[in-house]
Amino acid sequence: MSQQFSYDIAHLIGATVLMAGFGLLYQRRVFAVLNTFAFQAVALAAAAAWQAHVQHAPHLYVTAAIALLFKAMAVPFALHWLIEKLGIHRTVETALSIGWTMIVGVALVALSIMLVLPVTAAASALTRESLALAMSVVLLGMLMMITRRNAVTQVVGFMALENGLILAAVSAKGMPLVVEISIAFSVLVAMTVFGIFFFRIRERFDSLDVAYLESYRGDRS
Amino acid sequence: MNAILWQAVQILLVVALAPLVTGYVRWVKARLQGRRGAAPWQPYRDLYRLLQKEAVIAHSASWIFRAAPYVTFASVWLAACIVPTFTTNMVLAPAADLIALVALLAVGRFWTALAGMDVGTSFGGLGASREMLIASLAEPAMLMITFSLSLVSGTTAPAKIVAFVLAGNVGIEVSLGLALAAMVMVAIAENGRIPIDNPATHLELTMVHEAMVLEYSGRHLAMVEAAAMVRLTLYIALIATLFAPWGIAQPGAGAIGALLGLAAFLAKTFVLGSVLALFETSIAKMRVFRYADFLGGALLLGLLATIFLYVSEAV
Repeated sequence: MSQQFSYDIAHLIGATVLMAGFGLLYQRRVFAVLNTFAFQAVALAAAAAWQAHVQHAPHLYVTAAIALLFKAMAVPFALHWLIEKLGIHRTVETALSIGWTMIVGVALVALSIMLVLPVTAAASALTRESLALAMSVVLLGMLMMITRRNAVTQVVGFMALENGLILAAVSAKGMPLVVEISIAFSVLVAMTVFGIFFFRIRERFDSLDVAYLESYRGDRS
Repeated sequence: MNAILWQAVQILLVVALAPLVTGYVRWVKARLQGRRGAAPWQPYRDLYRLLQKEAVIAHSASWIFRAAPYVTFASVWLAACIVPTFTTNMVLAPAADLIALVALLAVGRFWTALAGMDVGTSFGGLGASREMLIASLAEPAMLMITFSLSLVSGTTAPAKIVAFVLAGNVGIEVSLGLALAAMVMVAIAENGRIPIDNPATHLELTMVHEAMVLEYSGRHLAMVEAAAMVRLTLYIALIATLFAPWGIAQPGAGAIGALLGLAAFLAKTFVLGSVLALFETSIAKMRVFRYADFLGGALLLGLLATIFLYVSEAV
């Protein structure tokens, strides 16, 4: 198996993760967003497993397993359960129309490429491409957090952002396992915190629309 | 000499095969939905029946209404003739060009829309305006795909792209994957398949293609239907040729090579037809107001494909 071929496959999987990032922006139903997120996590796990295979780095298999178990299964299931439990609106409420979000998304991809190109002038074209991909996924996750009004979809945006970080980490050689495990657990902790947070907002405002938080000035009753 | 022969075969092949492809997709869909479905060769019978029938024309119709089916069919047929299906050794291959292909398809679409407006029914006008909405979004996307393909291979001629890919100059490129996704979305929109338009409907407020051709009957309807069938075959052939050209005979391959190419083309067509049927069965139709998002997505994918070419330094 040639070097070129293994890089090509890695980039193809990376591009799949990126496409799933665009898919997240495109969906209008909360459950469809969760399914797309699970798909993105599966693609991320595939990317990690492929890097483990290519770099002969067994610890990356652990990363892949973490991505598959936690992000592709546990987190979507938990959010699914939360949505049913709280009886949230099933449509995604956007602050910016879907079409514009997609255009901004492409602009962000172009931006990340323009940022990566001069910084990594010395690196090979292959590293550059994976870095550009990972950075685009991170920026798309941020965009999703900004343009969605519902707390659940914002959390999905946060998780997608974190997927981008992992993608960057597995593409670079020599990322220690400790760091990855701690990231994975911090995401789980974040997930728990978000869950409690959801219940609290919901209790107070009968909705998960974060716009209510803007005018809220503390407990005056 | 061979080039003329293969071109003639190609010209007849696309028309002869088109009803079978459509019938096959319908048959697979029926099976997937738990129906028995009509035999795959039913469209041949339909076309024959329509050709036997009298053509009824509205009093308000002008010559445009009568000419449109023939112009549409001719332009789509010509477009189908320049897409290499089983061999690139054809007379028209040097003249064939993806941009010309887009233009030919646009001519057919333009005439169908004119005919839809010509009789002055509300459905016709509605369908025409929606068709133009789809066209205004699908054509830029198609051109974007063309540009990214031509940046990779240095040419916009399908025959040369095939030669370039078959020579092993292209690895697995992110850009090509993106371009393929965009191409599939454009093909779905251009052929009026689910989720953009439902090809099986005859009276629904959301129909697009059927709304424009609602007034046609007899031989005119046969031409319109045949044009739609040829267009579906054309897009399947185009996707197979540009993104999976393996098996296509090159100039100098001889008769055996051409036969192998034909077998490969038939196999690819039926695989893609099955995938289309599966996709259409598993997805619901989209609201009209979401077309812009869907096709805008295709355009953006095409744009991304071009952007990534610069990153990977394939240019």
